[in-house]
Amino acid sequence: MNVVIITVLTLAILGTVAALVLYFVAQKFKVFEDPRIDQVEEVLPAANCGGCGFPGCRAFAEALVKSDDISDLNCPVGGAETMKTAAGILGKEVAASDPMIAVVKCNGTCENRPRTNKYDGATSCAVAASLYGGETGCSYGCLGCGDCVEACTFDAIHMDEKTGLPVVNDKCVACGACVDACPKNIIELRKAGPKGRRVFVSCINQDKGGVAKKACSVACIGCKKCQKECPFDAITVENNIAYIDYNKCKLCRKCVAVCPTGAIHEVNFPPKKAKPATEKPAAPAKTEATSNENKTSSDIKNKEE
Amino acid sequence: MLKTFSLGGIHPPENKFSAGKKIEALPIPTQVAIPIAQHIGAPAKPIVKKGDQVKVGTLIAESAGFVSANIHSSVSGTVAKIDDIVDASGYKKPAIIIDVEGDEWEETINKSADLIKEISAAPEEIIKKIAAAGIVGLGGATFPSHVKLSVPPGKTCDVLILNAVECEPYLTADHQLMMEKGEEIMVGTQILMKALNVDKAIIGIENNKKDAIAHLTKLATSYPGITIEPLKVQYPQGGEKQLIDACIKRQIPSGKLPIEVGAVVQNVGTTVAVYEAVQKNKPLFERVVTVTGKSVSKPSNFLTRIGTSINTLIEAAGGLPEDTGKIVGGGPMMGKALTTTEIPVTKGSSGVLIIKNEEAKRKKMQNCIKCGKCISACAMGLEPYLLMTVSQKGVWDRAEQEKIMDCIECGSCSYTCPSQRPLLDYIRLGKGKVGQIMRSRTK
Repeated sequence: MNVVIITVLTLAILGTVAALVLYFVAQKFKVFEDPRIDQVEEVLPAANCGGCGFPGCRAFAEALVKSDDISDLNCPVGGAETMKTAAGILGKEVAASDPMIAVVKCNGTCENRPRTNKYDGATSCAVAASLYGGETGCSYGCLGCGDCVEACTFDAIHMDEKTGLPVVNDKCVACGACVDACPKNIIELRKAGPKGRRVFVSCINQDKGGVAKKACSVACIGCKKCQKECPFDAITVENNIAYIDYNKCKLCRKCVAVCPTGAIHEVNFPPKKAKPATEKPAAPAKTEATSNENKTSSDIKNKEE
Repeated sequence: MLKTFSLGGIHPPENKFSAGKKIEALPIPTQVAIPIAQHIGAPAKPIVKKGDQVKVGTLIAESAGFVSANIHSSVSGTVAKIDDIVDASGYKKPAIIIDVEGDEWEETINKSADLIKEISAAPEEIIKKIAAAGIVGLGGATFPSHVKLSVPPGKTCDVLILNAVECEPYLTADHQLMMEKGEEIMVGTQILMKALNVDKAIIGIENNKKDAIAHLTKLATSYPGITIEPLKVQYPQGGEKQLIDACIKRQIPSGKLPIEVGAVVQNVGTTVAVYEAVQKNKPLFERVVTVTGKSVSKPSNFLTRIGTSINTLIEAAGGLPEDTGKIVGGGPMMGKALTTTEIPVTKGSSGVLIIKNEEAKRKKMQNCIKCGKCISACAMGLEPYLLMTVSQKGVWDRAEQEKIMDCIECGSCSYTCPSQRPLLDYIRLGKGKVGQIMRSRTK
């Protein structure tokens, strides 16, 4: 009987001592965590895509709570609405941000850009790029192995079987995973534009005009026609390549009309009224390319629906 | 029992069709394109401009730093332009393009074929001459030779090892050089020994070149300190670390250079270039290139001026066979497939290999069956299957831990894989990424 009492007592005392030690240690080393972090995390999309530049939504929530000025921070997935809710919780000001979208700046389809050799190695753009310039005369263009598709966690970019080029659909949240994955730096995040309308130069070939044109019929040749035409100073030509500043561009589409190679693309615009045939022979190629782009994106839209 | 390296290795079919074919001097082309980056390190700075007259051996681009090399004109004529040309991998690189007129050499070059045995230059002078002649490792790595010969303070060198292994299948440029320029190799070795202040030199030759072993062994009797070491045929014995292991049984620690164990390795081709530079004042502007392949009608070894188009070489070897699937610059194991034949021969071009269509295709990749063949083949004791996986998944810290940077890219793993997995492709990718990370860390 005695043994039972001693055992129970010993255990009880041990338990009490341990509980006391734990209690004091817990008090001493208590970490205060701002409850707002949990609240903010709650409203974030929980995609953990890293598009904000932080490792996961939790880290982004911490950053939002800790920094006084959150105008630089943006959750591309949630967009303006999420940021507004988060800012409301924290009582901070948030800068208005336009929705962005990934844009593939290469139109080197099989017809536009004839193949000069055949790649037979591992199906990875990163591997192909580490070995050589690509299957065509253009060493800047899309390699077509689909590293961007692999990187996308939103099912927003797919390879077009026919053209061999990736196509971005409306699911894109501009997290930038594909931008980082592309070893050729072809993909850019641009303003999605009102009603998804946007104008961009679909080429990054920095070779001189003749060389670029020889490698790909829809290459930007750096002729500066668009630069002269643009009434808003939105276009700069550097290293034989035109770039349209999406903050200055007013979507007037004058550049699209003057581009001799059809390197400038317009997306999601309504079809133009019966247009007089342009004098340049390259023009048909351009309109074709543009309508292709329109078609593919609308196709995907249809599929989604 | 012949010596060889201790870890891994494979034995691919040798296919040395051009063995025993005399070195032929290729006719000088009408135009050459000499790239300014033909070596590891900083690209050379061009010092000529359009319209300048140059002679054979005129300095046309200057070394741009310690790890860099001079570049000399390989022809006489007029500089047509300095422009970007497409290189073997399809990217554009600057090159000096020269229109050929006649074949006038710089007066300082001794054109006679007489052997000059006596070495009058002092060690520092030898290294200076080697640097001036723009000599780089002709085995293919193109590391500037004067850098290797300048032993850093605190380190000592006690043995010179000559790489005459030529373990790459198909290639025979070094083999033929040994048969025809044996004496020059001996004197070149003595020059290198003097420059390094060592009294021992070992020439490592694989046992599939018995004639070269016999020839050089005979010659070596009249040159003190030089021994010939026949080695068991095993790829990649031509790797510096493997060769040192095979010849003197010393292992280089991970991430270190051969000088750490007191050895300096030079290629036999480089040794001939050293002889010519020091004894005859002849800069490096030509080299022996093997043109070979199963379907090539005339496999040959050509003495080629740097800047000659690969096309010219293929034409000289009987033209491009019809069923060609791939043209490789270098050997089949470490060479790179060319995207165009309109590219020039550079200091590092050891061969042009033409592969038939049916042999050129890669087989379909299958799943890893964890057989461990790649591990037993790896000459660096790495685990290629694991390195591939971590590179694929982007786990760079693990890749670094697993010593991805020790990989010598010999391709034994990919060769031996029964599932045809592109092991080396991904490992090379991982090496690039990890190297970048490591460099940014030290900055």
